[in-house]
Order: sequence, then C-alpha cells, then structure tokens
Amino acid sequence: MTAILTNLFDGVAYGMLLFVLACGLAVTLGLMNFVNLAHGAFAMAGGYVCMVLVNRMGWPFFAALPLAFVFAAAIGIVLERTLYRHLYARSHLDQVLFTIGLTFMSVAAVDYIQGSSRVFINLPAALQGQFDLFGVGIGRYRLMIIVICGLLTIALQMVLAKTRFGSRLRAAVDDPRAASGLGINVPQVFAFTFAFGCGLAGLGGALSAEILGLDPYFPLKFMIYFLIVVTVGGSSSITGPFLASLLLGIGDVAGKYYVPKMGPFVIYTMMIVILIWRPNGLFGRTAAR
Amino acid sequence: MSDSSDVGYHAQRQARWHYGEIVFWLLVLACGFAFPTRYLIMTDILRLALFAMSLDLILGYAGIVSLGHAAFFGVGAYAAGLLALHGIVNEPVLALIVAGLAAMVLGFATSFLVIRGVDLTRLMVTLGIALLLEALAERFSNITGGTDGLQGIEMQPIFGQIPFDMFGKAGFFYSLAVLFLLFLFARRVVHSPFGLSLRAIKNNPLRAAAIGIPVNRRLIAIYTLAAFYAGIAGALFTQTTAIASLDVFAFERSADLMLVLVIGGTGYLYGGLIGAVIFRMLQELFSTITPQYWQFWIGLVLVVIVLVGRQRLHRWVLYVPNLIVRQVAGRKAVVAVPESDA
Repeated sequence: MTAILTNLFDGVAYGMLLFVLACGLAVTLGLMNFVNLAHGAFAMAGGYVCMVLVNRMGWPFFAALPLAFVFAAAIGIVLERTLYRHLYARSHLDQVLFTIGLTFMSVAAVDYIQGSSRVFINLPAALQGQFDLFGVGIGRYRLMIIVICGLLTIALQMVLAKTRFGSRLRAAVDDPRAASGLGINVPQVFAFTFAFGCGLAGLGGALSAEILGLDPYFPLKFMIYFLIVVTVGGSSSITGPFLASLLLGIGDVAGKYYVPKMGPFVIYTMMIVILIWRPNGLFGRTAAR
Repeated sequence: MSDSSDVGYHAQRQARWHYGEIVFWLLVLACGFAFPTRYLIMTDILRLALFAMSLDLILGYAGIVSLGHAAFFGVGAYAAGLLALHGIVNEPVLALIVAGLAAMVLGFATSFLVIRGVDLTRLMVTLGIALLLEALAERFSNITGGTDGLQGIEMQPIFGQIPFDMFGKAGFFYSLAVLFLLFLFARRVVHSPFGLSLRAIKNNPLRAAAIGIPVNRRLIAIYTLAAFYAGIAGALFTQTTAIASLDVFAFERSADLMLVLVIGGTGYLYGGLIGAVIFRMLQELFSTITPQYWQFWIGLVLVVIVLVGRQRLHRWVLYVPNLIVRQVAGRKAVVAVPESDA
C-alpha cells in the first residue's frame, strides 16, 4: 500500500515536472500551430545554466533557478524575433525540418561546450534524502518540485483567466485577425508568450536534472514526451496538458515499477491509442487548425 | 484538341524517358567501375537513395509527413538479418523480398492509423510507431540481440552464384540492380493514373474526393508501397553490412532522411537519389572537419535550407545548368524541380 502511494507521489512529481517543461510547447504547438521540435533545447539550456552557476560559481540552488528561467527566455525571444517568426506561415514540413535542425545544432553545441556525459547539479542538503509521512516515503526534492510546479500552474491559470494579458492572448489565439483589428499587437503577444514558454522550459530543465538526467541528448530523448503532453492534452486550456502530464508521469513511473521489462512500451502504446481514438487530444477542442 | 486530351498529352510527355535520365543512370553505373576502392560508401549511398525514394513516394507524391520512416527500414533490416542468421531463407534476393513484404505488412497495418488526422497527429503517430518498435526490439533482446544487435550474419551467394566479397563489389552492383528495378517500378507508378490521383490528393484532398478519387484507399496503397521500399532498403543494409542493430530504428535516421529529401527536392523521384549523394558527401566533409560535432553542421544546413526556402534554393542550383540547357536545346527543355509544399 505504501509502495503504491510512494509511486503515486513520484508519478505526480514527474508529471508536474513534465507539465512545466511542456506547457510552453502547448502554446506554440497548440495555440500558435507551430511545430517546435526544438522545445527541449530551451529546457536543456536552462538546465546547463543552472548547473554552471551552482557547480562552478557556487551560487545557491534557489538563486540559480530564476536565472535558468531568464536565460532560456532570453534565448527564446532572440530566436523568436530573428528566426521563428518567419516560419509561422510556412508548412508543417518546413517547421519540422527547421526545428530538427535547431535541435541537432543545440545537441552538438552543448556536447562541444560541456562534454557528452551526464551532469548533476549539487543540491543543498535540505533537499536531499526523504522522510516518512504516515509510512509513505516522500523525497524532499520531489516534494519541492510538486510545490514549485503546483504554484506555477495556479499562477499560470490565474494569469490566463484573470489578467488583461491573458485575455489578449486568448483573443489572439482564437482569431488573430479580429484580435489585431481590435488593436491587440498579436506578434508581440505571441513573442512574449513564446519567450515565457521557453523560460518555463528552462526552469523545468534546471529542476529535471536530478530526475530525468541532463546530458546533450536531452532535447531528442524527451521530445516525444513533450509532444505527447501537448497532443494528448489538447490545447483549449492549460488544464488539458496538465492532466495529460500527470497521467503520463504516473503511467510512466508505474510502468517502470510494475512492468520494468516493458520499458517505454506502455507510454507509446497509450499515446497511439489515444491519438487514434481522439485525434485532437483527450481534452482538446482542436490540436491544430 | 479538347482539354482532357491535353492533360493526357502532358502526362504522357512527362512520363517519357528524357536523355538526362539515361545519362544519369549511365553515370551511376560508370561510378561502379571508376571508383573500385569506394564500393562501401557508394553502396551506402545507394541504400540511402532507395530509402529516400521510399519517403519521396509518400511525402512528395501523397503529402504525408512522416517522422518515423525508420520503422520500416528497421523491420526490413531485422527481418533480413533473422532470415539469414537462422537460415530460414538463404537466398539473398528471396530474403530481400520477404523482408520487404514484412515491412509492407507493417506499413499496411499502420497506414490506417496514419491516414487519420492532420499533419500533427501523423507526425506523432509515425514517430510513436518507430519508437515503439525500437522499444520492442530492445525488449525482445533474445530475438534481436538487444543493444548488441544481430551478430554473425553470413550471407549466402546471390542466386547461389555470386558471393559477397570483402571489397563490397558484389554488394554494390547488387544494390544498384535492386535500386534500379525499384526505381523503374516507382517511375511507372507515379506516372500512372494512380500516381496522378495521388498528386491530386496531395494538392487538395477535399477536391480529390469530390471528383471521385477514393482518398483513403489511395493513401493506404501508397503508404504500404513506401513501407515495402523502406523495408527493402533496410534489408539491403543488413545484407551488405552483415549487421543489424537497434539504431536502425533511431529517430536520427528518420530525421536525416528528411534532410536527404529536402536537399534533393521532393516529387520527382530523383530527389532522393541526388540528395543521398550530396548528403553523404556533406557528412563525410563535416566529419573530417569535426569528427564529433558533424551533427551541428548538418543541423545548420537544415536551418539554412528552410530559411532560404527550398524552392529558391533549387532555382539557384539549377540556374547555371539551365543556362546551358537553354543555349543547347532551347527554352522548352529547362530543368525545374517540381516542388510544392508537402
């Protein structure tokens, strides 16, 4: 019984992490209809920045996390303004090719700068180990992830639903032409959202070094996971991707624990079945228009 | 002349063999005799060309974007490897066909999943299938050899006559013959009414359906055929290198394949062949400059191609040849890559 609860807890932490990593992609892919396979590269950038700050320069972990966000967001906005925006109107094939190219470049570049081996971030002692709560083993680090990601999710939902920017974004997504007719600067809204999504990915990358493992092949290894979250979750709100990430996280952890031999088999089958059953995602209105 | 016969006239003109094509194939054959020390890399190029042609059939003619074409390559490769390893089918040509059929069966089965949904779903499903097969191959390591791959494959002589030599000469001409035969068949298919209907579907599925083309059945047919081609390419890989490992399913293989086709251009069958040559040469060049980081430059090539625009790029490349062609044969004979967005 306690093993089940511990697994559930780990699965939730894993799922929350996936959500923070992938929710930027939910915006670009689901809302802006841009197939960005290079999303993992931004996460990797954040992770490596955090690693360099903490391990080489001795920054405290919690101070390095916001910088991972800022750094990834900065790369995101530069790339969006210089490269990505030219491709919004292109075919999906062009977008796929372009972002695969970016991914390959990022993999080789990080390999060149930091070497190909897996890196670890030195965690403060307060985050290591686990404690027992009513007999259920709870990892401190995972608990922190759940807290941070949970707060982020609530904040995101509030921003989207309550603020002026949120309503602008929703308007821009629903009908870019009408929105710009109403005086909303649609490219600016998209650029800002893109950068914010990249920043979240960077933060997720920094948090995930401990759990998912951080090496130059991160963008390729987890590309499919991000895509699953978005396509399965749909994009009508952030609730869809959130539930999809939780499902994926719990499914993956449970799959690895109970049927370790089947490996990632469970996840891929689940994804294909769901996509066949509901091509627009489980909770989606339209995944792509 | 009525409009409909006009269309037929143009289709027939397109389907006729041009001098350029004959020259192209003679050149390929001549390479086999001109560079006797380079059989291995040339065989590699032929294999890649066949694989790219397979993707061209679905991407260039039917407009299906696939990120997991390596799935069929891998099935073909493992099928050929297992057939040879356990001595089930010893004769290579027969084994090749059986391996191709195995991939074809998978192609047929998965085509129903692929024709559903839009581009994005297709991307995900094709990618998912390739990853699934990779996971399966790793899981059933008692059959596939797991991460070590299939080892100790010994190929029997072709038709019981021609043995595979260590310089790869037999392998090269064998691959060339297979590629040429399959090319002839593909050429026949894409210029047939069936092929023309595929182009109609690619340009506008709704209109194609409105003029009475059974869209889904055509897509299933071409997807299955492309899977057969990819399976043959995979089987050639195993037969000429005598290994089959997990990386036949790798995502990089599917992604590289896209690049090959993008370099060469889609929708005229030669794109894959030309792209394969250029891609391998680029790869050789990059890996001599930076052995470990050649992927960076490959990525850069992709990014630049997309940013410049595929059509514009092909126009630039063909500018000088067309200038010459125009001088020699007049305006009509200008070469153009029939490119359209897939």
